[in-house]
Amino acid sequence: MNIHINQQPFSVPDAATVTDALAAFGAKPPFAVALNGQFVARGEHASKALAAGDKLDIVSPVAGG
Amino acid sequence: MTSTITTADTLTLYGTSFPSRVLLGTSRYPSLQSLSDSIDAARPGMVTVALRRQSNTGEAGFFDVLKRHGVALLPNTAGCQTVDEVLTTARMARELFDTPWLKLELIGDDYTLQPDPIGLVEAAGILIREGFKVLPYCTEDLVIGRRLLDVGCEALMPWGAPIGTGKGVTNPYGLRTLRERLPDVPLIVDAGLGVPSHACQVMEWGFDGVLLNTAVSQATFPPQMARAFALGVEAGRMAYLAGPMAERDSAQASTPVVGMPFWHQDGSAA
Repeated sequence: MNIHINQQPFSVPDAATVTDALAAFGAKPPFAVALNGQFVARGEHASKALAAGDKLDIVSPVAGG
Repeated sequence: MTSTITTADTLTLYGTSFPSRVLLGTSRYPSLQSLSDSIDAARPGMVTVALRRQSNTGEAGFFDVLKRHGVALLPNTAGCQTVDEVLTTARMARELFDTPWLKLELIGDDYTLQPDPIGLVEAAGILIREGFKVLPYCTEDLVIGRRLLDVGCEALMPWGAPIGTGKGVTNPYGLRTLRERLPDVPLIVDAGLGVPSHACQVMEWGFDGVLLNTAVSQATFPPQMARAFALGVEAGRMAYLAGPMAERDSAQASTPVVGMPFWHQDGSAA
């Protein structure tokens, strides 16, 4: 199925979880995740199943004011 | 000489004491080295950080620099324009930076970057209930400040002027009124300060701290400016504690006039 990770299209298996998507993207720690605009805690990554069309955001620290 | 100013005068927020009344932003420095040197120069109580989508062109080494300094982190929700965006960003920030501290930013106007006061109160209430230690970036509006306190905020961060303008305090009356009406609430002036005298001024008025970024990072020599701000904040705080004299409209000689030897004193004893 097709999803978007950080606004880029990705194809992942139908039963993919957030953990699978993180691996497909090559996410580098430290990061945090939101799925369709909702925070997904680290402890839920392995169990959170994805659906076609999902939008996953992976964020990392940057400078800020 | 004796001093009545205690050496234990520290910034205290949500029951936590910080070693400095300067909070420093980490954005827009010319280099990581400049940022690092500025942190050394200002010795801030906290530094602000943000989060953005991970990419291969990310800020490599930025987080490592901050970790080496060991300074407390204050994640922000910069750029958020809805309560939902704020909540998701805050929750991600808490996990990412492993801290409950949050500089709550909810922008209501793209041009002035003025906070959305209505959404701010709603978001602050939700986040306080979730255990965040919320420092809301707000205007000098007294009633909004009270509403933020009502929902559980234990400190406020009113703007001095719009973010990044360097104008100094544009509404001194409003800001001083906020200080006078909320005498026991920690108030940190956030945004719009441009030079150390601006920071010194608000500290003389009794504000509890300042948050700086652009004024330091966009200076010709950021570390020197960081140090100058730290000194300005320290001077202003010391002046506030020392109790400034009352302003007068008429002159009053500081040198005693009694005993003047010249002729024009002679007829004044009658």
